Amino acid sequence: MTIQEWTYLLVGITFSLYIGIAIWSRVGSTSGFYVAGRGVPPLANGMATAADWMSAASFISMAGLISFMGYTGTIYLMGWTGGYVLLALLLAPYLRKYGRYTIPEFVGDRYYSQTARVIAVFCAIFVSFTYVAGQMRGVGVVFSRFLEVDVTIGVLIGVGIVFFYAVVGGMRGITYTQVAQFCVLIVAYLIPAVAISWKMTGWAIPQIGFGSTMLEGQYAGMALLETLDTIHRDLGLPEYTGAWVNGKKSMVDVLAITMALMVGTAGLPHVLIRFYTVPNARAARWSAMWALIFIGLLYTTAPAVSAFARVNMIETLNEKSYADAPEWFKSWEGTGLIVFNDRNGDGMIQYSGNAATNELTVDRDIMVLANPEIAKLPAWVVALVAAGGLAAALSTAAGLLLVISASVSHDLLKSVMWKSMPQHVELRMARIAAAFAVIVAGFLGIYPPGFVAQVVAFAFGLAAASFFPILLLGIFDKRTTKEGAIAGMLLGIGFTSAYIIWFRFIDPTATADQWLFGISPEGIGTIGMVLNFMVAITVSRFTPPPPLEVQNMIEDIRSPSGTCHVPIQH
Amino acid sequence: MAVLLLIWFVVSYLLGIVFVEPLNQFHLGGFPLGFWFAQQGSIFVFIILTLVYAFGMDRIDRRHGVESAPASSDSTGFSETSE
Repeated sequence: MTIQEWTYLLVGITFSLYIGIAIWSRVGSTSGFYVAGRGVPPLANGMATAADWMSAASFISMAGLISFMGYTGTIYLMGWTGGYVLLALLLAPYLRKYGRYTIPEFVGDRYYSQTARVIAVFCAIFVSFTYVAGQMRGVGVVFSRFLEVDVTIGVLIGVGIVFFYAVVGGMRGITYTQVAQFCVLIVAYLIPAVAISWKMTGWAIPQIGFGSTMLEGQYAGMALLETLDTIHRDLGLPEYTGAWVNGKKSMVDVLAITMALMVGTAGLPHVLIRFYTVPNARAARWSAMWALIFIGLLYTTAPAVSAFARVNMIETLNEKSYADAPEWFKSWEGTGLIVFNDRNGDGMIQYSGNAATNELTVDRDIMVLANPEIAKLPAWVVALVAAGGLAAALSTAAGLLLVISASVSHDLLKSVMWKSMPQHVELRMARIAAAFAVIVAGFLGIYPPGFVAQVVAFAFGLAAASFFPILLLGIFDKRTTKEGAIAGMLLGIGFTSAYIIWFRFIDPTATADQWLFGISPEGIGTIGMVLNFMVAITVSRFTPPPPLEVQNMIEDIRSPSGTCHVPIQH
Repeated sequence: MAVLLLIWFVVSYLLGIVFVEPLNQFHLGGFPLGFWFAQQGSIFVFIILTLVYAFGMDRIDRRHGVESAPASSDSTGFSETSE
């Protein structure tokens, strides 16, 4: 069977599985639609959270990015896992204990203010749409490369599937589909990683192979990472494991970006909302732990994949004749994601750190997808990776769409416009909002705005600068007032957006010298967060304290599970 | 909890970033040590921290004489199943 036939088969099987789960878990109540009836066991929620969190970016792009960044890739590895420690210790159990449907709802109640709630709603919607556009593009890339269909048709198929299980199944459908998608994506990620590690180092565990010696080739017997450093030196590139060498990010920037990504992770609404689906605060703590284990499985494998892929790619292509280039090289060339430009006309591929003589440009996004082919693994493994990429993109898209739908139907329509809306109407509105959001997301996938990659920094920056400080103070500081929270959020968002818009769109050529403290737009959310904290705390001390019932509510949330008196009525 | 957060900070920001170059003088198998902390070790430590926290809080819950109610499906909406 060819790669394409295998891909049709595996994608067909996994898609039927997702539809089957959606039919089995369809819902008829708002609680089922928004929070899966709060009946999800921690282990299942951990898997669902992992799939929800690990997007097309984690699955498809991350290892490729690290492969080109070397040490600096740690901003993604630590940044996208460390936030779960904050979530597990500081946010998830408390938010769950309070137990509502959405994050803006908590913000509105805790800060006794519809204004605060509406600001939070707009942040949630903006962050989620930014993110979802990237997922749909991921779906399009996988379809066009492996099934050789038009990107548009690929996106339409993806939209159709998500439409079906998100609109019919709501959070319950999404949760159990995500459990299945996690299994697909993790198997698809680990099988090629294990095979390549085994082939190159003789170790089946990539995390160990990563630190072992090469088995064959001209560098046999040398440690893999040392080999990479040597190859990089020879090509005139910065050393792979080097930290503060020329051509890499500065220490202050790495610190700021890592912090912004961690804190942003802990403030992303589609992640937080997952902890509402478990039965109690204890289950929220355990599901954060499970989620981190499942995420860590991929995140500790990814840097190993990056290093293997890097060695493989350079060894396979550098100083080789273009005419003899392998088949995968030609098929990726067809998509425009690999470009060969024979500058010196000798018919050989020369890869170099010197831009003037370098002849090979490889798009970072293709490393994971091309890796099994580069390592000459069988066709079904290649197809499995395609199915895994789709699982990662679809699971994240569905989680985001639910946040958008709940924000519109529950936080805007019900709380602001029509307070007495009956449950069945709200449920219908939630479905309509979800359907509408899926269609917008599909549109963004077919006509991706040129700045998708740039605005991702926005999603994390805004989550870090808006939600995280307000949620943390909301739980741990009784004295924070609505005035403080609103001022903090507005300043955090305003500062972060202004900085990103300025350095991304108005003056994109600015260098590190012009950046504030040398912090790039990716890391500026950290400063936005600090400003938010400072303003919220200061303004709160000069405004009247929150009403007594709000203070009691905070006491309740923080006391150990047993001493909570009356569950707060809606 | 403060201790766990301190470990979180030390491992990720100090060992993984600030002191990465001095640590790279040492090796763990084929890994420069600082690089290992940044790309592998920190994630293992994060997992252990959440595990220790989940166990620790369970013990506090028990000391207060409460075991959280077992998972049950509640589709009516707002009533809590936890306390």
